[in-house]
Amino acid sequence: MKILVCISHVPDTTSKINFTDNDTQFDTNGVQFVINPNDEFGLTRAMWFKEKQGASVDVVNVGGAETEPTLRKALAIGADNAIRVNTPATDGFQVAKQLANVAKEGGYDLIIAGRESIDYNGGMVPGMLAALLNANFVNTCIGLEVDGTEAKVTREIDGGKESSTTSLPLVIGGQKGLVEESDLRIPNMRGIMQARKKPLNVVEPVEVVAQTEAEKFEKPAPKGAVKLIDPDNLDELINLLHNEAKVI
Amino acid sequence: MSVLVYIESEDGKFKKASFEVASYAREVAQMLQTTVTAVTFNANDTSELGTYGVDKVLKVNNDKLSNFNAEAYADVLTQAAKKEESKVVVLSQSANSKYLAPLLAVHLNAGYASNVVSLPEGASPFVVKRTAFTNKAFNFTKIETEVKIIGLSKNAFGLKENQASANAEDFAPTLSAEDFSVQVTNVDKAKNKVTIADAEIVVSGGRGLKGPENWGMVEDLAETLGAATACSKPVSDMGWRPHSEHVGQTGKPVASNLYIAIGISGAIQHLAGINSSKVKLVINNDPEAPFFKAADYGVVGDAFEIVPKLNEKLKEFKAKNA
Repeated sequence: MKILVCISHVPDTTSKINFTDNDTQFDTNGVQFVINPNDEFGLTRAMWFKEKQGASVDVVNVGGAETEPTLRKALAIGADNAIRVNTPATDGFQVAKQLANVAKEGGYDLIIAGRESIDYNGGMVPGMLAALLNANFVNTCIGLEVDGTEAKVTREIDGGKESSTTSLPLVIGGQKGLVEESDLRIPNMRGIMQARKKPLNVVEPVEVVAQTEAEKFEKPAPKGAVKLIDPDNLDELINLLHNEAKVI
Repeated sequence: MSVLVYIESEDGKFKKASFEVASYAREVAQMLQTTVTAVTFNANDTSELGTYGVDKVLKVNNDKLSNFNAEAYADVLTQAAKKEESKVVVLSQSANSKYLAPLLAVHLNAGYASNVVSLPEGASPFVVKRTAFTNKAFNFTKIETEVKIIGLSKNAFGLKENQASANAEDFAPTLSAEDFSVQVTNVDKAKNKVTIADAEIVVSGGRGLKGPENWGMVEDLAETLGAATACSKPVSDMGWRPHSEHVGQTGKPVASNLYIAIGISGAIQHLAGINSSKVKLVINNDPEAPFFKAADYGVVGDAFEIVPKLNEKLKEFKAKNA
């Protein structure tokens, strides 16, 4: 089985979010970039398929050379090959088109992408990719088994979960639950050394017209001070929630 | 030209989020000087949609569609959008809507903006405000395609009554075998329990509660308030509570009216996930907990004393105001 894991290069979850150039660009100054957490759960599940079922695992990213350390980290975790599509990611559709091109060329059976990136939170790349490839698609996937060309999947729904059967080729929108937090791997020295020698192919983009444009950013208005209520005066709390906040 | 809305129902009742989507679509339709058409799946009486400004209802009745199926539903909505020559499609941000929206976008060659929190600034350019960086920021997105899809964040717009005729007609789209290549075998869903996605109030517990055996008071408080229960990441990682309750950056987002955090310190990843909630109440014994900086109301003290006491007082309040 040939697996492709799509890797988004995103600010670490603890990053302070700021903007530059008149609030049109994300300020990368002092920001640590990581593998998008939703993608990392998928990558770790892919490693399981590699180790237990002899699958090959390639990773791909759409972005400039600055994203290569993130791809190297995926190689250090255990992916076999990395591909970087040499163009900045502009919108979900443009990224999905680039990925679809890589996926077609590589003839992958299973493509795993995170359900959303934690930067733009578009939540559209896996679904668009599936539609562009005419492949089956399961979003918010928290369980995945593959036997031959048949797949058993579980997805998170509002208030529970849903199990389905489907077949390859398949695109997964992955998240926590595909593997547990404790299954995530920190690359060891051997992995890091090997990753330096593994292929990282830079491919040129196909021509795509983006459908949307992120024009401007804005930070939420600063929050007013908290109103502290004495634990011995909970009636006052209920009064505030009822008459001031009007939420009960 | 109609603005098209996807109406979701559960147990034969329309979801509140669908009324919100219809209310929003009504205002977009006014801006574009057109009407609102809703698509319903296996719904009987659709007249209620008229209250929120729906002019026309395309009723799809088909046993094959009794379970949600993203590909099939996206196919139906594609055919409906083409029939109505819709230039704007509006849907909620439920798990199902988020699942089908990108499929629909490709079928309609439409630009899609998710997590939208405002009306478009105008018909052209068509710019909407949406949340990004997991609620740490907003981003203004211009949709440049002829057909546009909007995923409206829960509680971002509210319900607006605006009586319209909701003329119902049957709609029988063509379905193919390919639409059902993902076959649902089992749905495992708690009955009669409010979900985090639908809840007006969410009661959430953190590590400060010391162990899973202490969750009784969280559940009691949630029951009194008709709220959903949730938890912080460490709590789900330690297996005290199921993953489905984990809210925060890598868990579920919360956009309730009231979020009550008990024994949660307020790590930046947690705050990001719950930031869309309108009012936040924090109960914590550590006055230095970062969550107090993000809260509207706070009680500093022992949750094991405060929560049961608050619950009793809320029961009295509810009884009086029933």
